[in-house]
Amino acid sequence: MEKYAVFVPKLVTKRENFAPGHRACIGCGEALAVRLACKPLGQRVIIVTATGCIEIISSQLPYTSWRVPWIHTLFENTAAVASGIESGLKILMKKGRIAQQEIKVVAMAGDGATSDIGLQALSGAMERGHDFLYICFDNEAYMNTGVQRSSATPFGASTTTSPAGRVSIGQVTWKKDMPAIAAAHDIPYVATACPSYPFDLMDKVAKGAATPGPAYVHILSPCPTGWRFAPDLTVRLGRLAVETGIFPLYEVENGTYRLNFDFPKLRPVTDYMKLQGRFRHLSEDVINKIQQRVNREYAKLREKVK
Amino acid sequence: MAKRIGIEVSLAIAEAAKLADVDVVAAYPITPQTHIVEHLAELVANGELDAAYIPVESEHSAMSACLGASAAGARTFTATAGQGLELMHEVLYVASSMQLPVVMAVANRALSAPLSVWGDHSDVMAVRDTGWIQLFVENGQEAVDNVLCAFRIGEDPRVLLPVMIHLDGFHLTHMIEPLLFPEQSQVDKFIPPYQHPMPLHPDRPVTMGAFAPPIIYFETKKAQEVNLEAAKEVILQCWDNFGKTFQRYYSPVECYRSEDARVLLLTMGSFSETAMTAIDKMRGEGREVGLLRLRLWRPFPFDEIRQAVGNAEVLIVLDRALSFGGPGGPVCSEVRSALYSEDKRPKVIGFVGGLGGRDITPAGFEEIVDRGIEISQKGSDQEFEIFGVRE
Ligand SMILES: Cc1ncc(C[n+]2csc(CCOP(=O)(O)OP(=O)(O)O)c2C)c(N)n1
Ligand code: SF4
Ligand SMILES: [Mg+2]
Repeated sequence: MEKYAVFVPKLVTKRENFAPGHRACIGCGEALAVRLACKPLGQRVIIVTATGCIEIISSQLPYTSWRVPWIHTLFENTAAVASGIESGLKILMKKGRIAQQEIKVVAMAGDGATSDIGLQALSGAMERGHDFLYICFDNEAYMNTGVQRSSATPFGASTTTSPAGRVSIGQVTWKKDMPAIAAAHDIPYVATACPSYPFDLMDKVAKGAATPGPAYVHILSPCPTGWRFAPDLTVRLGRLAVETGIFPLYEVENGTYRLNFDFPKLRPVTDYMKLQGRFRHLSEDVINKIQQRVNREYAKLREKVK
Repeated sequence: MAKRIGIEVSLAIAEAAKLADVDVVAAYPITPQTHIVEHLAELVANGELDAAYIPVESEHSAMSACLGASAAGARTFTATAGQGLELMHEVLYVASSMQLPVVMAVANRALSAPLSVWGDHSDVMAVRDTGWIQLFVENGQEAVDNVLCAFRIGEDPRVLLPVMIHLDGFHLTHMIEPLLFPEQSQVDKFIPPYQHPMPLHPDRPVTMGAFAPPIIYFETKKAQEVNLEAAKEVILQCWDNFGKTFQRYYSPVECYRSEDARVLLLTMGSFSETAMTAIDKMRGEGREVGLLRLRLWRPFPFDEIRQAVGNAEVLIVLDRALSFGGPGGPVCSEVRSALYSEDKRPKVIGFVGGLGGRDITPAGFEEIVDRGIEISQKGSDQEFEIFGVRE
């Protein structure tokens, strides 16, 4: 799609399957990412959503933001519900009970629902090889319940359950590498994306949806409420996460790595961190430690791309 | 013509699910349910059953996958026991609240700790309030028949509720019995195809599982209660129709030699068959005792219980589960409260026995009856009696 960059905006559908009028906070990166993801998915999909911000902002009875078939059941079982829908549709088509046609099952869940409580169900579904796309909307904490840490919360971030205090820097563990866990299942398609790069995001969702078998797209979704930044900085923060190398955009297609945006020189991590209240308390030492880690991880990724 | 086949009850349940032509089975193995799901996997592997078998990684995912399959419009079956049923717990509420008519066989098993793979009703009682239709079966024939009925009842457009069939782990699951299987054509006629009114499909987008603020949550719960109560009528109609078609009749409370009995024993599950032997012996000795077997656990058959109790003076209820620190057995407390507002009611004496696979022999049931009568006359300083434990 990069080749047609000038025309691309014209090619994107105007139809919003994730309708306006939902209840997300102003500047919500997750809502923006969901909206963008729904464009290439079109209408021949069934969406399964985990409990979390996406579900809460879009579904209060008797309203709905969904113009495509949508189901929510629980927090940790999204991949399992998707497995059931996919298997159900397949057998109903085989038995001639419903017409043979393409219907893509797409699971959407937060970082908590994905890398913590729902990891087992996701691992099972990927291992079994169901034909579905799983999208993780990673806002780096349990936002829906009030900004508690998850295993996707970055080192040094202050959350309500990893608060910075006199003797603590906040989160003391490094962000769990969820895309690598997905890739370790040897599924045909894994990608990272960010709504600050909308065409890249839509491209990857389209690719994931077109992939037969399990596909996993991990989308960094800046959250002004949880990260404590001004709501007009959402898109800028996404860009900075990528340009600092903190959240590189890459794809793993049948085991082959590809960096979608490479930077000869990464911006310093402080460019990204200083705009966010969750990192405000960090000393120079800790920031240096984070910088070194980012450099190291980015170099490792570059090795995989070669 | 139906044929009689000697078969293990677990396999018979799988065969019944096959006769019902299930579309999706999502299951996780746990003793003593394993033979049911192994046989289903085999039927699918041999092409004898055209279904998707999803070998999920846990019971939580088993029931979750069942939700998805059922919401997509597929006839869905699973089986579990004990710890597996506990792991499904929160998902069970979703199945009933979202009106997804999954059918599940539960090979009743004790709960850890200490670990026990043997039977009792602790697992059942922990899921009592999940909003499922729940029936108990006592032998293999009842199991086969009621698996078929479960699909017809649950998928009835007036009901759309999930159904659990409870059968005692080992005591029933692992028995080999001579069973009658109806012809496929009869079953096809008896169970119409599953037609969820609003399945997930792009042709007609629906939102399922939206969240409810206080202004509407309670209304959904009342509707659910009304619906589950109303399901009783459909259950009765189904059993009636089954009886007319297959000449085997079922009712919410089965009475055994209970007419004119002054003392009644009430049991659930396969222990009822042993209790019958004890009742026969006592009747032979001229004692006025009878047996009630509670088959329909949810919706609870209040009227049928009151009617079945009739003019009995003593009602002895055997529970195979213990409500720790509470009134003893859950069945006894429910039966007692069903009778409390009656002008004339029997003394209700609760026993808890048969936990973790401990057997109760016919002589044991006689002992329970004798002790129950004694308590009814002299009273007791215990809220309930524990039977069959070494001191
Ligand atoms: C079994 C269970 N445990 C806990 C919760 C409470 N809960 C609901 S959403 C949520 C956090 C969601 O976090 P995430 O998946 O990251 O999504 P986000 O809201 O951040 O988009 C939690 C802890 C729940 N609903 N169910
Ligand atoms: S808390 Fe964050 S993720 Fe949730 S709606 Fe608000 S901005 Fe979006
Ligand atoms: Mg989150």
